[in-house]
Amino acid sequence: MEDFVMSDKIEKWLKTNTFHHGEFWDILKLVRLKEEQGIKISLCIPTLNEEKTIGKETVIFRSELMERYPLIDEFAVIDSGSKDKTLEVAASFGADTYSAKNILPEVGDRPGKGENLWKAIYQLEGDIIVYVDADIKNIHPRFVYGIVAPLLINPTIQYCKAFYDRPITYSSGIRASGGGRVTEILIRPLFSLFFPELASLIQPLSGEFAVRRKVLEKIPFPIGYGVETAHILDVYQEWGLEAFGQCDLDQRIHRNQSTNALGKMSFGILQTFLNRLKRYGMVDKLPELETLYRQFQAEGNRYDLLKKEIIEYERPPMTTIPAYCKKFGVQP
Amino acid sequence: MRKSLETILEDIPKNRDALQPIREILLANAMMTGEIPSPTGGEEERITFLGNRFTEEGLQNISIDEAGNCMAVIPGTVGENNILVCAHADTVFDKKVDHAMSVTHDSITGPGIGDNSLGLATLATLPQIIQKLNIQHKDNLILLGATRSLGRGDLGGIRFFLDNYKSKVHAGICVEGIQLGRLSYSSVGMLRGEIHLQVPSEYDWTRFGATNAIAILSDVVQTIMRIPIPTEPKTKIIFGSISAGTSFATQPTSARLRFEIRSEEVGMVGQLKTKIEDIVEESANATNVDLNLSIIAERKTGGLAYGHPMVKCMRSILSELQVKPYVEPSVGELSELIAREIPSVTIGLTRASNKNEFNETIEIQPTFDGLAQLVALLAAIDGGLCDE
Repeated sequence: MEDFVMSDKIEKWLKTNTFHHGEFWDILKLVRLKEEQGIKISLCIPTLNEEKTIGKETVIFRSELMERYPLIDEFAVIDSGSKDKTLEVAASFGADTYSAKNILPEVGDRPGKGENLWKAIYQLEGDIIVYVDADIKNIHPRFVYGIVAPLLINPTIQYCKAFYDRPITYSSGIRASGGGRVTEILIRPLFSLFFPELASLIQPLSGEFAVRRKVLEKIPFPIGYGVETAHILDVYQEWGLEAFGQCDLDQRIHRNQSTNALGKMSFGILQTFLNRLKRYGMVDKLPELETLYRQFQAEGNRYDLLKKEIIEYERPPMTTIPAYCKKFGVQP
Repeated sequence: MRKSLETILEDIPKNRDALQPIREILLANAMMTGEIPSPTGGEEERITFLGNRFTEEGLQNISIDEAGNCMAVIPGTVGENNILVCAHADTVFDKKVDHAMSVTHDSITGPGIGDNSLGLATLATLPQIIQKLNIQHKDNLILLGATRSLGRGDLGGIRFFLDNYKSKVHAGICVEGIQLGRLSYSSVGMLRGEIHLQVPSEYDWTRFGATNAIAILSDVVQTIMRIPIPTEPKTKIIFGSISAGTSFATQPTSARLRFEIRSEEVGMVGQLKTKIEDIVEESANATNVDLNLSIIAERKTGGLAYGHPMVKCMRSILSELQVKPYVEPSVGELSELIAREIPSVTIGLTRASNKNEFNETIEIQPTFDGLAQLVALLAAIDGGLCDE
């Protein structure tokens, strides 16, 4: 019964809080909504040695979302100490560029993407801050307006994540719609076990998300690999599943990480996750472990929850089986 | 008030500087256009993008015709004459090619960025360029993204447009991304042909003199190369591609040769065509294989005189920009305009390298010279300075 209620809640959430960027093609309408609400939107791109892709992102976002349609009021590149020409290229196309170490110098400087995201809250002035990774090869304005729009149309949504298609075609038209390797191997199993509602986020680790300042200013920021996971857990604890939105941005082409790099990432994420369990007082009071594993499949723009019961039966040591003891003359 | 050529030339440096603020708009248009694959015959998505841009700019009479061309009108204050500004929308790259563009502070690299994403992006940006410079033309500007221009497309897009457009086109400008300084005002006579050879399945490989597809086609090439070619007026036969065979020791049974004849001499292309037809027929009879010649595309020789006012204006404009004119006859849209006696030129917008390679690269800053050149030429045509 309890599972039915949860599944029903997730199904409803998927229907109301999961979007496709195609719903928001009318950017002018979004600009009007922003103006009616009297809010500002800032775009932040955290960088570290991204000279190959930052130029295109800057040109396209500035042209399409500041000059053609003034959806974004402020556009900043916050850098972790690039050795290449990342900042020079971004500045040459009109982005405001900052070194993370020069923002709030009194708190010091820590290496990591989370540091840039955190310091952006201080440096930027928007009521909504949009974060977009710098390594996207097929950059398009949808990478911003797709995740901002849900916050503009629904005041309950505080935090909107992007998710993407895997660039694989399926003859049936139905495709598994999942996250990357770390999401599917680590995050989704952990969420399914401990926070089943959060398994409804299709790509919880995506680097593109838009968040209201009033949320950002209240949550802590791990500065390394765990920042996205921590955000999701903390926002969920404080505001619940209703605070989330997610938007399908179709394909995202980016550089692929090695398995070794993913191992390091998983280690960092696992640290963050276990720290959160401690912080929420869950370590000594683990909930009844879930046996339902939740995944997704997509058909067109519809996303269906797939549930699979996975029960890990255990057999006892063979020496507890009388027949075995008799056959091999072993003392039970 | 009609501007003199001197005034138009004086405005060039000022306009070039005034256009700097629209740099991101132009470059974004170029990159977003360039990232949409658009092989000849498969330009729909790129054309739709152009149409959407025209709509966003509030242009009039936006339409996509049966040939897939996208047209829009910037109405003139008088509107009696129509100036066609066109750019071809197709590229030489297949849909499967990675069309991602990359940008540095002074260049953009990616397949087709110069030929002709930048040209098409300039059409999409032209309304903003005109608005930024506070220009009002008395003539209508007809903006046309033309399909099926290259290779087998054989100028299908522009031909359809000119066959069916109800109003008279008084002058034309064909915009190419590459190269700044290009000045084409004549159409070179051209013929694109394909010789296809098929060895019949009943072919007797044991008879004396039996030979395979590669050897036969090679003989045909040798014979064509022995045709006397005049050096003046310039004439040439280009062997563009040849394909045959699959391995080291398997007798190839089919082969294909693609070639192009170009000549500035009226009637020369026709003469060479007849000679090649004879060579093909003779070889087919001598070898007992199926050998045939298909004509893929043809253009007639023609064009404006060097002293035509439009050419003179363009030379003055390039001189003002301190850009050396690079005179090159065209086999593109210009030839179709010239064939219909519409005074026209083809111009290039910026410096570039690796044309039609995957790493085709354009320089950003010279593009503003290219845009100022286009603005000046439009002013000259609009002011009647290019009329004979």
